[in-house]
Amino acid sequence: MNVSEIFETMDYGPAPEGAAMADAWLDRHNRSFGLFIDGGFVAGEDGAQFDTANPANGQVLAQVTQATDNDVNAAVTAARKAQPGWAALGGHGRAKLLYALARLVQKHARLFAVLETMDNGKPIRESRDIDIPLVARHFYYHAGAAQLMAAEMPDQQALGVAGQIIPWNFPLLMLAWKIAPAIAMGNTVVLKPAEYTSLTALLFAEICVEAGLPKGVVNIVTGDGSTGELIVNHPDINKIAFTGSTGVGRRIRQATAGTGKSLTLELGGKSPFIVFDDADLDSAVEGLVDAIWFNQGQVCCAGSRLLVQESIADAFYAKIISRMDKLRIGDPLDKAIDVGAIVDAKQLQSITEMVDSGLADGGQVHRANTPMPDIGCYYPPTLITGLETASRLMQEEIFGPVLVAMTFRTPSEAVTLANNTRYGLAASIWTENINLALDIAPKIACGVAWINSTNQFDAAAGFGGRRESGFGREGGKEGLLAYTKPKLAAKPLKPVLPHTGEAGPAQPMIDRTAKNYVGGKQARPDGGYVRRVHGPKGKFLGHVGIGNRKDIRNAVEAAHKASGWAKTTGHLKAQILYYIAENLSARADEFADRLQAMQGGGNKAAGAEVEASISRLFTYAAWADKYDGAVHDVPIRGVALAMNEPVGVLGLVCADEAPLLGMISIIAPAIAMGNTCVVVPSDAFPLTATDFYQVLETSDLPGGVVNIVTGPHGDLADTLAGHDDVDGVWYFGSADLSAGIELAASHNLKRSWVNNGLGRDWATAEGHEFLRHATDVKNIWIPYGE
Amino acid sequence: MKRVFCLHIDLTAFRRFLDPMVKPCERHILVFDIKKVPLVVSSELNPTDLIVNDPTDAPGAGLPQVHLSRNPGMALDLDWVTGVRINTSAVERRCASLPARRSVKKAWQAAWLLKAITVMDLTTLSGDDTERRVHRLCHKAMQPLRPDLLAALGMEGKRLTTGAVCVYHEMIPAAVRALEGSGVPVAAVSTGFPAGLSPLNLRIAEIKASVAAGAAEIDIVISRRHVLEGKWQELYDEMRAFRDACGDAHIKAILATGELGTLRNVARASLVCMMAGADFIKTSTGKESVNATLPVSLTMIRQIRAYRDLTGFNIGYKPAGGISKAKDSLVYLSLMKEELGNRWLQPDLFRFGASSLLGDIERQLEHHVTGRYSASYRHAIG
Repeated sequence: MNVSEIFETMDYGPAPEGAAMADAWLDRHNRSFGLFIDGGFVAGEDGAQFDTANPANGQVLAQVTQATDNDVNAAVTAARKAQPGWAALGGHGRAKLLYALARLVQKHARLFAVLETMDNGKPIRESRDIDIPLVARHFYYHAGAAQLMAAEMPDQQALGVAGQIIPWNFPLLMLAWKIAPAIAMGNTVVLKPAEYTSLTALLFAEICVEAGLPKGVVNIVTGDGSTGELIVNHPDINKIAFTGSTGVGRRIRQATAGTGKSLTLELGGKSPFIVFDDADLDSAVEGLVDAIWFNQGQVCCAGSRLLVQESIADAFYAKIISRMDKLRIGDPLDKAIDVGAIVDAKQLQSITEMVDSGLADGGQVHRANTPMPDIGCYYPPTLITGLETASRLMQEEIFGPVLVAMTFRTPSEAVTLANNTRYGLAASIWTENINLALDIAPKIACGVAWINSTNQFDAAAGFGGRRESGFGREGGKEGLLAYTKPKLAAKPLKPVLPHTGEAGPAQPMIDRTAKNYVGGKQARPDGGYVRRVHGPKGKFLGHVGIGNRKDIRNAVEAAHKASGWAKTTGHLKAQILYYIAENLSARADEFADRLQAMQGGGNKAAGAEVEASISRLFTYAAWADKYDGAVHDVPIRGVALAMNEPVGVLGLVCADEAPLLGMISIIAPAIAMGNTCVVVPSDAFPLTATDFYQVLETSDLPGGVVNIVTGPHGDLADTLAGHDDVDGVWYFGSADLSAGIELAASHNLKRSWVNNGLGRDWATAEGHEFLRHATDVKNIWIPYGE
Repeated sequence: MKRVFCLHIDLTAFRRFLDPMVKPCERHILVFDIKKVPLVVSSELNPTDLIVNDPTDAPGAGLPQVHLSRNPGMALDLDWVTGVRINTSAVERRCASLPARRSVKKAWQAAWLLKAITVMDLTTLSGDDTERRVHRLCHKAMQPLRPDLLAALGMEGKRLTTGAVCVYHEMIPAAVRALEGSGVPVAAVSTGFPAGLSPLNLRIAEIKASVAAGAAEIDIVISRRHVLEGKWQELYDEMRAFRDACGDAHIKAILATGELGTLRNVARASLVCMMAGADFIKTSTGKESVNATLPVSLTMIRQIRAYRDLTGFNIGYKPAGGISKAKDSLVYLSLMKEELGNRWLQPDLFRFGASSLLGDIERQLEHHVTGRYSASYRHAIG
């Protein structure tokens, strides 16, 4: 086309970003890469390599090594060797090196961006303007985190060696999200980039050398899923951090169950994009472009599920459809391209098949009326209207540029539909009414909510999900805590067995029947069986019910019915916790006697346990109105509110060895933070718990907030952990159940906190660690400005 | 009068095929009922064959009415005006990402810069303007680019002028004389420009005087106080009066967006002016402390789109003030193309109000031709 023709048509022309420097870098490595282990590139053990290709044109860019068992071992060994020295280097020492990494990312920003686009297929505008700047930002932020660690997190220490497995959709950004907090906190890492997109990780390895990072602090092993499995199953790794599909995340949860490996999972999503009738509709359409047509929709938190108020639905759909036609699809290295290539032919096929088969459920398909490239992996931007909640495409993650839409009538219906999903990652809420926006955001099950915006990320604000979108947060203080552990000396826990003895009358009292406590009422165990409880010398103390799975079911239902507890004020929760303490105090002698009768150990110890329990209730009464969220300093005109929300319904399996204090130490933080719970008390010494419900009954605690089911830990914990309507499970019992609980918890990917057979000193077991486990942080981004 | 071919279609469907149908320079005719249905479209008729009625004063509302493409206005729809919603942060994000999303290079950049020249209102609005100074400007408007550059760009033989020359009333006769036969229209700023605070009767008289003096386009300033006080009916009536005073001259309504406080006010004022019959809406006088910005532009052209969607009439857009770099002009052109379509890349629907932009464009175009960076003294000043 010549100038005078273009003058008439006013078309866009090509605006290619040059690939010469990236090609030169690949050539310098002979387009063949080894593994980055212990500060240098080494060949893989058996020399096996695979191709990494440019999805926009199918050209092979380089050969990348398939790491083997021994390769992974070598990387873990190097990381293990380096870790003590790296932690001992101190916050400032690590901060200087993280700062150097941030600067080097900026200096090589264009090379990183071009290489990323060639390997992944994302538009150069995105890699240049979004991915790489966020990478640099992440290293800057965490340089500061390292600097401040000693002062701000004095009770925390590094976990050790972290194994990190990242996806192909944001290769370098996910690397930064994993490596920066890990090494800032004094851990060393073995990271595996995704099979499709290893190249920027290998360039990053080079800048680790350039920055002078000590050998072994960062190790990068490439390979497919089997290499990932080697990392997950490696016995000398302390932490697994994974971002990827829910299916793989679930397998990782299963593989690591009971190993004591710390775990964070950032998984899939089907995030709602909610448009109310009073939204700025033109801006909301533009928001959708950034929600579902960003990175070809291959974004875990993509706003892929449009919920639009009925009164404006048709007008809004019309606006989307005309906007779609303006999207430019093509060569990702072209600076004027909106939608690039799908990462791989396999992924393209999966999107195509899923959409084609999903349309059997009905729905009207609108494809962008815009030219498509002749070669390469491309899928047209697509809107599907007329689907309903039962449609497969409305429920399952497509992970492509496909938006599905349905309507709602009222704000409460919007919330119901938004939460009608197994996922819980993100939400985008569009309305000009601040009351509505701030009412809806806390009601959506998600880890991040964006008001009148979408896909906003920053190192200062945590990111992560709920439900089957995983657990743990990346970014912010929460993200740092995911790479540390408390400085506690844990020792192995011996099984605590119930005492035995002969049947007989419980003298001198009138016979008492200890029941379960469900929904604020005493309830006989469903199975109708009891067992005897004896003192250390065999004295018969009473019967206790043997709860079963139906008791757990009933208790979970009661706990859900009491969910209004989450909305009560911190002040009210504090009042009730103080009142529980007051009533326990009034019966202190009786509880001490009971403890002494069940456990022995002397009156003094029993009295001390009761006093400690009263103090603990005071502690969480104090925290109930003080565990504040935060306002993060993110780079927008606006605020990012980090709100501490209750996890939901918690299953609490109590310590055997401290029947009262162990139980109060976990119930109190759970309910102080607004959770409702199903408590399985000490299996060996259960009668304190059944006495305790009388205290609860007299303390104004709404029924169902605390439910108590006595019985064998093995059966009850397994039922709780496997219950899909339980959001978290804690285990402090003395039996070897941690693995089984984490395995059962893998089904709905509920959060688990287990002791892995290690005991703790209940006298000091209180504070932040417990509050963190009792809460999920939701980051709500609120841009403002008129 | 010829028969009009009638299509009964809904608005949404109509929107889908309007853009590709309307080619530059083609006069299209819309026939529509003020109640929005039925919509009738034809592009085959000669405008002079049609009877023009204004639906606002036509008896028997509900019957199809016949119009030229010029906006007749509509009754003031206060629900629409007051219900408009603009999210400033979201608008700003769109504006921040657009320049990075659309890049125009090489031959395309040259062609787009040539296009920018044709939609430029070459402007002088200074207290020291003289007839001979205006004469110089008009000659620049008729030959904005060095002929050798035009030839090197393959545009030989094509008539390339600016969109108009924009002057104060007193300079109209000089401009009309200088531009005679060139086809370049004279635009005059009017109505007590730039503050718009002279007596209404004088402002209306000024329009009539400027039209009588030969101005084909009148750039009026609205009373900002009507916006700030929420007096939409007063704003509407004022705009109507100005439009009536213009007669056949096209009217551009300057909102002085830098003085309206919020984007929401910008949107409301845009709607009221279009409802009252504006042919163009324009950002600024160039005399406010804040002139054309991308967020203001996006807000205004989205109102143009909404008005087009509802009525079928195309309203022009003119950002003015502060656009002095060739690169800025490319961003504005892509903004129009993205939000409204190619139809808005022609001088009848898009203008830049600019005085120093042309110089930068000339230098960029010479660079395109020679590969060497250019100097401003190599190009005739306007």
